[in-house]
Amino acid sequence: MSATDPRPPASQPAAELFEFLCRMGDNTLVLGHRLSEWCGTAPALEEDIATANTALDLIGQTQMWLGLAAETEGAGRSADDLAMTRDAWDFRNLLLVEQPNGDFGRTLMRSFLFDAWHRLMLERLTLSGDPRVAAIAAKAVKEVAYHADRSAELVVALGDGTEESHGRMQAALDRLWPYAGEMLADDAIDRAMAEAGIAPLPSALADPWEESVRTTLTRATLTVPEGAFAHRGGKDGARHSEHLGHMLTTMQWLQRAYPGARW
Amino acid sequence: MSDHASQPGPEAPEGRTARREWPLWEVFIRGQHGMSHRHVGSLHAPDAERAMRAARDVYTRRHEGVSIWVVPSVQITASAPSEKGPMFDPADSKTYRHPTFFDIPDDVGAM
Repeated sequence: MSATDPRPPASQPAAELFEFLCRMGDNTLVLGHRLSEWCGTAPALEEDIATANTALDLIGQTQMWLGLAAETEGAGRSADDLAMTRDAWDFRNLLLVEQPNGDFGRTLMRSFLFDAWHRLMLERLTLSGDPRVAAIAAKAVKEVAYHADRSAELVVALGDGTEESHGRMQAALDRLWPYAGEMLADDAIDRAMAEAGIAPLPSALADPWEESVRTTLTRATLTVPEGAFAHRGGKDGARHSEHLGHMLTTMQWLQRAYPGARW
Repeated sequence: MSDHASQPGPEAPEGRTARREWPLWEVFIRGQHGMSHRHVGSLHAPDAERAMRAARDVYTRRHEGVSIWVVPSVQITASAPSEKGPMFDPADSKTYRHPTFFDIPDDVGAM
Protein backbone atom coordinates (compact mmCIF):
# COMPACT_ATOMS: atom_id res chain seq x y z
CA MET A 1 0.00 0.00 0.00
CA SER A 2 1.48 3.37 -0.96
CA ALA A 3 1.50 6.40 1.32
CA THR A 4 -1.14 8.15 -0.78
CA ASP A 5 -3.48 5.17 -0.72
CA PRO A 6 -6.78 6.50 0.66
CA ARG A 7 -7.82 3.17 2.14
CA PRO A 8 -7.47 2.67 5.89
CA PRO A 9 -4.76 0.26 7.02
CA ALA A 10 -5.91 -3.32 6.73
CA SER A 11 -5.58 -4.04 10.43
CA GLN A 12 -9.03 -5.62 10.73
CA PRO A 13 -9.77 -7.25 7.39
CA ALA A 14 -12.47 -9.40 9.01
CA ALA A 15 -14.47 -10.21 5.89
CA GLU A 16 -11.36 -11.10 3.89
CA LEU A 17 -9.93 -13.05 6.81
CA PHE A 18 -13.16 -15.06 7.05
CA GLU A 19 -12.88 -15.90 3.34
CA PHE A 20 -9.25 -16.92 3.72
CA LEU A 21 -9.98 -19.13 6.74
CA CYS A 22 -12.84 -20.79 4.85
CA ARG A 23 -10.43 -21.51 1.99
CA MET A 24 -7.99 -23.24 4.32
CA GLY A 25 -10.73 -25.10 6.20
CA ASP A 26 -12.74 -26.07 3.14
CA ASN A 27 -9.65 -27.50 1.45
CA THR A 28 -8.98 -29.76 4.41
CA LEU A 29 -12.66 -30.60 4.89
CA VAL A 30 -13.32 -31.56 1.29
CA LEU A 31 -10.06 -33.49 0.80
CA GLY A 32 -10.53 -35.12 4.21
CA HIS A 33 -13.99 -36.29 3.22
CA ARG A 34 -12.78 -37.50 -0.18
CA LEU A 35 -10.03 -39.56 1.47
CA SER A 36 -12.48 -40.96 4.01
CA GLU A 37 -14.47 -42.39 1.09
CA TRP A 38 -11.70 -45.02 0.79
CA CYS A 39 -12.29 -46.27 4.33
CA GLY A 40 -12.87 -50.02 4.08
CA THR A 41 -12.32 -50.20 0.31
CA ALA A 42 -8.66 -49.21 -0.29
CA PRO A 43 -6.58 -51.70 -2.29
CA ALA A 44 -4.64 -52.90 0.79
CA LEU A 45 -5.44 -52.87 4.50
CA GLU A 46 -2.27 -50.90 5.29
CA GLU A 47 -3.10 -48.21 2.71
CA ASP A 48 -6.68 -48.13 3.96
CA ILE A 49 -5.55 -47.27 7.48
CA ALA A 50 -2.93 -44.77 6.30
CA THR A 51 -5.50 -43.02 4.10
CA ALA A 52 -8.04 -42.86 6.92
CA ASN A 53 -5.34 -41.44 9.23
CA THR A 54 -4.66 -38.69 6.72
CA ALA A 55 -8.37 -37.98 6.42
CA LEU A 56 -8.63 -37.64 10.20
CA ASP A 57 -5.64 -35.29 10.31
CA LEU A 58 -7.35 -33.09 7.72
CA ILE A 59 -10.71 -33.11 9.51
CA GLY A 60 -8.89 -32.13 12.72
CA GLN A 61 -7.32 -29.20 10.89
CA THR A 62 -10.75 -28.29 9.54
CA GLN A 63 -12.07 -27.91 13.08
CA MET A 64 -9.34 -25.39 13.81
CA TRP A 65 -9.66 -23.38 10.58
CA LEU A 66 -13.44 -23.28 10.49
CA GLY A 67 -13.55 -22.72 14.26
CA LEU A 68 -11.47 -19.58 13.80
CA ALA A 69 -13.52 -18.62 10.72
CA ALA A 70 -16.73 -18.82 12.75
CA GLU A 71 -15.16 -16.78 15.55
CA THR A 72 -13.97 -14.17 13.04
CA GLU A 73 -17.38 -13.98 11.42
CA GLY A 74 -19.03 -13.40 14.80
CA ALA A 75 -22.48 -14.36 13.52
CA GLY A 76 -23.11 -17.10 16.04
CA ARG A 77 -22.22 -19.91 13.66
CA SER A 78 -19.95 -22.77 14.72
CA ALA A 79 -17.37 -24.78 12.75
CA ASP A 80 -19.99 -27.53 12.47
CA ASP A 81 -22.54 -25.07 11.08
CA LEU A 82 -20.08 -23.93 8.45
CA ALA A 83 -19.18 -27.49 7.47
CA MET A 84 -22.63 -29.00 7.48
CA THR A 85 -25.10 -26.29 6.49
CA ARG A 86 -23.43 -24.25 3.75
CA ASP A 87 -24.29 -25.14 0.17
CA ALA A 88 -21.79 -25.69 -2.64
CA TRP A 89 -21.57 -22.05 -3.74
CA ASP A 90 -20.47 -21.01 -0.24
CA PHE A 91 -17.57 -23.46 -0.22
CA ARG A 92 -14.14 -21.96 -0.86
CA ASN A 93 -12.04 -25.06 -1.53
CA LEU A 94 -9.81 -25.53 -4.56
CA LEU A 95 -11.35 -27.39 -7.49
CA LEU A 96 -8.51 -29.92 -7.23
CA VAL A 97 -9.57 -31.36 -3.88
CA GLU A 98 -13.23 -31.84 -4.83
CA GLN A 99 -12.36 -34.00 -7.84
CA PRO A 100 -13.63 -37.57 -7.40
CA ASN A 101 -11.26 -40.25 -6.13
CA GLY A 102 -11.15 -42.29 -9.35
CA ASP A 103 -8.72 -45.19 -8.90
CA PHE A 104 -6.18 -45.24 -6.07
CA GLY A 105 -3.55 -43.76 -8.38
CA ARG A 106 -5.67 -40.72 -9.12
CA THR A 107 -6.40 -40.27 -5.41
CA LEU A 108 -2.67 -40.35 -4.68
CA MET A 109 -1.83 -37.93 -7.48
CA ARG A 110 -4.48 -35.48 -6.23
CA SER A 111 -3.03 -35.68 -2.70
CA PHE A 112 0.53 -35.34 -4.01
CA LEU A 113 -0.20 -32.13 -5.94
CA PHE A 114 -2.14 -30.66 -3.02
CA ASP A 115 0.19 -31.83 -0.22
CA ALA A 116 3.22 -30.17 -1.84
CA TRP A 117 1.32 -26.87 -1.91
CA HIS A 118 -0.25 -27.37 1.52
CA ARG A 119 3.13 -27.93 3.14
CA LEU A 120 4.65 -24.77 1.61
CA MET A 121 1.59 -22.72 2.55
CA LEU A 122 1.57 -23.93 6.17
CA GLU A 123 5.32 -23.41 6.56
CA ARG A 124 4.83 -19.77 5.64
CA LEU A 125 1.68 -19.44 7.74
CA THR A 126 3.67 -20.41 10.83
CA LEU A 127 5.17 -16.91 10.40
CA SER A 128 1.76 -15.24 10.02
CA GLY A 129 1.21 -11.85 11.63
CA ASP A 130 -2.00 -13.26 13.11
CA PRO A 131 -0.88 -15.42 16.05
CA ARG A 132 -4.04 -17.57 15.84
CA VAL A 133 -3.28 -18.44 12.23
CA ALA A 134 0.37 -19.11 13.09
CA ALA A 135 -0.65 -21.45 15.92
CA ILE A 136 -2.96 -23.52 13.72
CA ALA A 137 -0.29 -23.72 11.01
CA ALA A 138 2.35 -24.83 13.51
CA LYS A 139 0.16 -27.72 14.61
CA ALA A 140 -0.93 -28.72 11.09
CA VAL A 141 2.45 -28.47 9.35
CA LYS A 142 3.86 -31.52 11.16
CA GLU A 143 0.98 -33.67 9.98
CA VAL A 144 1.13 -32.29 6.47
CA ALA A 145 4.90 -32.79 6.17
CA TYR A 146 4.19 -36.50 6.69
CA HIS A 147 1.33 -36.46 4.16
CA ALA A 148 3.60 -34.81 1.58
CA ASP A 149 6.45 -37.30 2.13
CA ARG A 150 4.10 -40.25 1.93
CA SER A 151 2.22 -39.18 -1.19
CA ALA A 152 5.47 -38.24 -3.00
CA GLU A 153 7.02 -41.60 -2.14
CA LEU A 154 3.99 -43.50 -3.43
CA VAL A 155 3.84 -41.43 -6.62
CA VAL A 156 7.47 -42.45 -7.29
CA ALA A 157 6.83 -46.10 -6.41
CA LEU A 158 3.79 -46.36 -8.68
CA GLY A 159 5.00 -44.04 -11.44
CA ASP A 160 8.30 -45.92 -11.67
CA GLY A 161 6.54 -49.24 -11.07
CA THR A 162 4.90 -51.65 -13.45
CA GLU A 163 3.58 -50.77 -16.88
CA GLU A 164 0.07 -50.84 -15.42
CA SER A 165 0.83 -48.55 -12.46
CA HIS A 166 2.88 -46.16 -14.61
CA GLY A 167 0.00 -45.84 -17.08
CA ARG A 168 -2.48 -45.11 -14.31
CA MET A 169 -0.27 -42.48 -12.69
CA GLN A 170 0.41 -40.74 -16.01
CA ALA A 171 -3.34 -40.70 -16.76
CA ALA A 172 -3.99 -39.25 -13.29
CA LEU A 173 -1.37 -36.54 -13.80
CA ASP A 174 -2.74 -35.62 -17.25
CA ARG A 175 -6.23 -35.34 -15.79
CA LEU A 176 -5.39 -33.39 -12.63
CA TRP A 177 -2.60 -31.08 -13.81
CA PRO A 178 -5.03 -28.40 -15.13
CA TYR A 179 -6.48 -28.17 -11.61
CA ALA A 180 -3.11 -27.38 -9.99
CA GLY A 181 -2.81 -23.81 -11.31
CA GLU A 182 -5.62 -22.53 -9.10
CA MET A 183 -3.44 -23.09 -6.02
CA LEU A 184 -0.85 -20.62 -7.29
CA ALA A 185 -3.04 -17.80 -8.65
CA ASP A 186 -3.66 -14.61 -6.62
CA ASP A 187 -6.98 -12.82 -6.26
CA ALA A 188 -8.27 -9.87 -4.20
CA ILE A 189 -8.62 -11.92 -1.01
CA ASP A 190 -5.06 -13.22 -1.34
CA ARG A 191 -3.73 -9.71 -1.86
CA ALA A 192 -5.63 -8.42 1.18
CA MET A 193 -4.16 -11.23 3.29
CA ALA A 194 -0.65 -10.52 2.02
CA GLU A 195 -1.00 -6.79 2.67
CA ALA A 196 -2.18 -7.49 6.22
CA GLY A 197 0.81 -9.81 6.76
CA ILE A 198 -1.47 -12.75 7.47
CA ALA A 199 -0.66 -15.06 4.56
CA PRO A 200 1.76 -15.26 1.62
CA LEU A 201 0.62 -14.61 -1.93
CA PRO A 202 -0.11 -17.95 -3.61
CA SER A 203 2.06 -16.84 -6.54
CA ALA A 204 5.02 -16.67 -4.14
CA LEU A 205 4.66 -20.44 -3.67
CA ALA A 206 4.73 -21.18 -7.39
CA ASP A 207 8.49 -21.59 -7.85
CA PRO A 208 9.19 -23.83 -4.87
CA TRP A 209 6.04 -25.84 -5.62
CA GLU A 210 6.99 -26.39 -9.27
CA GLU A 211 10.51 -27.35 -8.29
CA SER A 212 9.53 -29.93 -5.69
CA VAL A 213 6.71 -31.38 -7.77
CA ARG A 214 8.77 -31.65 -10.96
CA THR A 215 11.66 -33.26 -9.09
CA THR A 216 9.38 -35.96 -7.74
CA LEU A 217 7.58 -36.48 -11.05
CA THR A 218 10.93 -36.90 -12.82
CA ARG A 219 11.93 -39.57 -10.29
CA ALA A 220 8.54 -41.16 -10.95
CA THR A 221 9.35 -41.25 -14.71
CA LEU A 222 6.16 -39.27 -15.36
CA THR A 223 5.78 -36.54 -17.99
CA VAL A 224 4.36 -33.18 -16.93
CA PRO A 225 1.67 -32.12 -19.41
CA GLU A 226 2.42 -29.05 -21.50
CA GLY A 227 0.21 -25.99 -21.48
CA ALA A 228 -0.60 -23.55 -18.72
CA PHE A 229 -4.39 -23.81 -18.78
CA ALA A 230 -5.79 -23.81 -15.25
CA HIS A 231 -9.38 -24.33 -14.15
CA ARG A 232 -10.56 -21.56 -11.82
CA GLY A 233 -13.57 -20.95 -9.66
CA GLY A 234 -13.15 -23.14 -6.58
CA LYS A 235 -11.55 -20.88 -4.01
CA ASP A 236 -13.85 -17.95 -4.84
CA GLY A 237 -16.86 -20.25 -5.08
CA ALA A 238 -17.78 -18.94 -8.53
CA ARG A 239 -17.65 -22.19 -10.43
CA HIS A 240 -17.38 -25.39 -8.43
CA SER A 241 -17.52 -28.62 -10.42
CA GLU A 242 -20.70 -30.68 -10.20
CA HIS A 243 -18.81 -33.19 -8.04
CA LEU A 244 -18.85 -30.95 -4.97
CA GLY A 245 -22.66 -30.89 -4.74
CA HIS A 246 -22.82 -34.68 -4.91
CA MET A 247 -20.19 -34.98 -2.21
CA LEU A 248 -21.97 -32.51 0.08
CA THR A 249 -25.25 -34.39 -0.38
CA THR A 250 -23.61 -37.41 1.22
CA MET A 251 -21.49 -35.54 3.76
CA GLN A 252 -24.23 -33.20 5.01
CA TRP A 253 -27.19 -35.56 4.82
CA LEU A 254 -27.49 -36.30 8.53
CA GLN A 255 -27.34 -32.67 9.68
CA ARG A 256 -29.74 -31.67 6.92
CA ALA A 257 -32.27 -34.38 7.83
CA TYR A 258 -31.85 -34.09 11.61
CA PRO A 259 -30.57 -30.54 12.32
CA GLY A 260 -28.42 -30.32 15.42
CA ALA A 261 -28.28 -34.11 15.90
CA ARG A 262 -25.45 -35.18 18.25
CA TRP A 263 -23.96 -38.44 19.39
CA MET B 1 11.71 -51.42 -10.20
CA SER B 2 9.63 -54.22 -11.62
CA ASP B 3 10.96 -56.93 -9.29
CA HIS B 4 8.57 -56.38 -6.40
CA ALA B 5 4.99 -57.59 -6.38
CA SER B 6 2.53 -55.09 -7.75
CA GLN B 7 -0.26 -53.69 -5.66
CA PRO B 8 -3.23 -56.07 -5.45
CA GLY B 9 -5.39 -54.92 -8.31
CA PRO B 10 -9.10 -55.13 -8.86
CA GLU B 11 -10.73 -58.53 -9.20
CA ALA B 12 -8.28 -60.80 -11.03
CA PRO B 13 -9.89 -62.53 -14.01
CA GLU B 14 -9.01 -66.02 -12.80
CA GLY B 15 -10.15 -65.40 -9.23
CA ARG B 16 -8.03 -65.04 -6.13
CA THR B 17 -5.14 -67.25 -7.22
CA ALA B 18 -3.85 -64.60 -9.64
CA ARG B 19 -3.44 -62.11 -6.82
CA ARG B 20 0.12 -61.46 -5.65
CA GLU B 21 0.52 -60.55 -2.00
CA TRP B 22 3.15 -58.20 -0.60
CA PRO B 23 5.62 -59.90 1.77
CA LEU B 24 4.85 -60.04 5.48
CA TRP B 25 6.76 -57.95 8.05
CA GLU B 26 6.87 -58.19 11.84
CA VAL B 27 6.61 -54.90 13.69
CA PHE B 28 8.39 -54.02 16.95
CA ILE B 29 7.68 -50.80 18.82
CA ARG B 30 9.65 -49.20 21.62
CA GLY B 31 7.14 -47.51 23.87
CA GLN B 32 7.41 -44.29 25.85
CA HIS B 33 8.52 -46.28 28.90
CA GLY B 34 11.21 -48.93 28.84
CA MET B 35 14.19 -49.61 26.65
CA SER B 36 13.05 -52.66 24.69
CA HIS B 37 11.22 -52.96 21.40
CA ARG B 38 8.20 -55.23 21.75
CA HIS B 39 6.45 -57.22 19.07
CA VAL B 40 3.10 -55.61 18.34
CA GLY B 41 1.92 -57.37 15.19
CA SER B 42 2.56 -57.78 11.51
CA LEU B 43 1.63 -56.20 8.18
CA HIS B 44 2.12 -56.55 4.44
CA ALA B 45 4.33 -54.14 2.52
CA PRO B 46 6.32 -54.17 -0.74
CA ASP B 47 9.61 -53.05 0.86
CA ALA B 48 11.22 -52.02 4.15
CA GLU B 49 10.62 -48.31 3.66
CA ARG B 50 6.92 -48.82 3.00
CA ALA B 51 6.71 -51.31 5.89
CA MET B 52 8.09 -48.64 8.21
CA ARG B 53 5.50 -46.10 7.04
CA ALA B 54 2.69 -48.61 7.33
CA ALA B 55 3.83 -49.56 10.83
CA ARG B 56 3.71 -45.90 11.81
CA ASP B 57 0.18 -45.59 10.48
CA VAL B 58 -1.16 -48.91 11.75
CA TYR B 59 0.55 -49.25 15.14
CA THR B 60 1.45 -45.80 16.50
CA ARG B 61 -1.78 -43.87 15.94
CA ARG B 62 -2.30 -43.38 19.66
CA HIS B 63 1.22 -42.29 20.40
CA GLU B 64 2.30 -45.76 21.44
CA GLY B 65 5.90 -45.52 20.34
CA VAL B 66 9.12 -43.59 20.05
CA SER B 67 10.94 -46.08 17.79
CA ILE B 68 9.94 -48.75 15.27
CA TRP B 69 11.70 -51.85 13.95
CA VAL B 70 10.36 -53.82 11.00
CA VAL B 71 11.72 -57.27 10.17
CA PRO B 72 10.82 -59.54 7.24
CA SER B 73 8.80 -62.37 8.77
CA VAL B 74 10.74 -64.97 6.75
CA GLN B 75 13.90 -63.89 8.59
CA ILE B 76 12.50 -65.06 11.90
CA THR B 77 13.36 -68.58 13.08
CA ALA B 78 10.77 -69.81 15.54
CA SER B 79 10.84 -72.66 18.06
CA ALA B 80 8.42 -75.47 17.34
CA PRO B 81 5.37 -75.59 19.64
CA SER B 82 5.58 -79.44 19.60
CA GLU B 83 8.99 -79.25 21.31
CA LYS B 84 7.68 -77.06 24.09
CA GLY B 85 8.30 -79.72 26.78
CA PRO B 86 12.01 -80.37 26.24
CA MET B 87 12.60 -76.70 25.48
CA PHE B 88 11.04 -75.11 28.52
CA ASP B 89 10.03 -77.61 31.19
CA PRO B 90 13.57 -78.11 32.56
CA ALA B 91 13.52 -74.50 33.73
CA ASP B 92 10.60 -75.25 36.06
CA SER B 93 11.18 -75.14 39.82
CA LYS B 94 14.64 -73.60 39.62
CA THR B 95 13.85 -70.45 41.53
CA TYR B 96 17.52 -69.96 42.38
CA ARG B 97 17.99 -68.89 38.78
CA HIS B 98 15.88 -65.80 39.35
CA PRO B 99 18.10 -62.88 40.33
CA THR B 100 15.57 -61.69 42.89
CA PHE B 101 17.96 -62.20 45.82
CA PHE B 102 20.34 -59.47 44.74
CA ASP B 103 20.27 -55.70 45.10
CA ILE B 104 21.01 -54.03 41.77
CA PRO B 105 23.58 -51.22 42.16
CA ASP B 106 22.33 -47.83 41.00
CA ASP B 107 25.30 -47.54 38.63
CA VAL B 108 23.89 -50.33 36.48
CA GLY B 109 21.10 -48.05 35.26
CA ALA B 110 18.07 -49.35 33.40
CA MET B 111 17.81 -53.13 33.18
